[in-house]
Amino acid sequence: MMRFESPATVKDAVALLAKEKGKAFILAGGTDLLVKMKAGMLEPDLVVDIKRIKGMADIRKSASGFVIGAGTPCVALSENAALAKAWPGVVEAANLIGSKQVQGRCTMSGNLCNASPAADSVPALVAAGAKVSIAGPKGKRKLAVEDVPAGVGRTNLKKGEFIESIILPAKKPKSGDAYLRFIPRTEMDIAVVSVGINLTIDGKGVITAARVALGAVAPTVLLVKEAAKAIIGSKLDDDAKARLSAAASAACKPIDDKRGTIEFRTEVAGVLAKRAAEIAYKRAGGK
Amino acid sequence: MAHLISTTINGDTVEYACQPDETLLDVLRNRVGLTGAKEGCGTGDCGSCSVIIDGRLVCSCLVLGVEMDGKSLETIEGMADGATLHPLQRHFIEGAALQCGICTPGILMAADALLRKNPDPSEEEIRFGLAGNLCRCTGYDKIVRAVQSAAKEMRSA
Repeated sequence: MMRFESPATVKDAVALLAKEKGKAFILAGGTDLLVKMKAGMLEPDLVVDIKRIKGMADIRKSASGFVIGAGTPCVALSENAALAKAWPGVVEAANLIGSKQVQGRCTMSGNLCNASPAADSVPALVAAGAKVSIAGPKGKRKLAVEDVPAGVGRTNLKKGEFIESIILPAKKPKSGDAYLRFIPRTEMDIAVVSVGINLTIDGKGVITAARVALGAVAPTVLLVKEAAKAIIGSKLDDDAKARLSAAASAACKPIDDKRGTIEFRTEVAGVLAKRAAEIAYKRAGGK
Repeated sequence: MAHLISTTINGDTVEYACQPDETLLDVLRNRVGLTGAKEGCGTGDCGSCSVIIDGRLVCSCLVLGVEMDGKSLETIEGMADGATLHPLQRHFIEGAALQCGICTPGILMAADALLRKNPDPSEEEIRFGLAGNLCRCTGYDKIVRAVQSAAKEMRSA
């Protein structure tokens, strides 16, 4: 029989997870956990609801950026005007997950820990340079978002650890981010290919920094440094966009499945990278 | 071990005992006697179990009953004011925006949540707002039109 706990502090949550001898799972939004329980894919001995921990569903803004509590539903991200203005790509990505009903519950931390290669919020977070704060029996540690997934459905979190918040850096002046995915419908689907891009320009419109992340084309999200290099130093002219597309496609290591073929995913990754870069460039103030 | 939960449902304090792995949908239907929320898929894809918790639209099949302590829950049973139907309910009937009716409670909850946030949605906003609610009878057009006419009436009220 499964046990349910809703601790009031991070310390209590860590203690519950650390001493559990059976299978323990964190409940934040539950939109993956409950589906897997229902399907019999998971049979938890312990479920720890972290949403009763103070601040766990809050978005805090500071000089160094935004701290988003692990229990914050994705819909709350779009309701936070400062966050939506600073990181529109991240907020849009998080609000492409499922339906309005799912967005009322699902969290970016859960999206990350579910460790699906097609997780919508993850490429956008990686492009933004986001980190996670992890609480555990040995105290707290920070990890870059791209270092959290270890493979399909697996993370680098150790026993007793859980993500307590996602940390987005402060938005740099003249920077912009964007996230695009390909799905065969208009809504309510899982990414066949996805791209998150974050870039910064100087006063002349020349790109000085960029991060390009690809989703659903490898077992985990990919941070593609070659794709970023392809546009740094350019004004995102046609040559730079062609180099970006080629670098994005070259980084793909996809599988064939019912959603798309290897060839299709590889090609579309290049197309989406170009389009996402155009949006990010415009958001940064480039013309 | 059963948990004793105290929550507010449609303004009334309700207490129930439930097992830790029971969904809110099962609690509502089997323990509280509120059968308006329907089980379609049971995996958050069809929206027929939609309810509003602390102002947020969610699928009750993806919530555990034990999570509800101290929360405020709205279900379809609380939508009409006694015998007076909510404008959305009235326009759904007048516009024949349903056939078998299984999806209707969930669609009404989703439409209500949408109009609270956006009293004057475009057709596209209505279609996106209701994208998490599947209907196999109507083809959706009459549902969209009923939401539009209800929204219009509610704005002028």
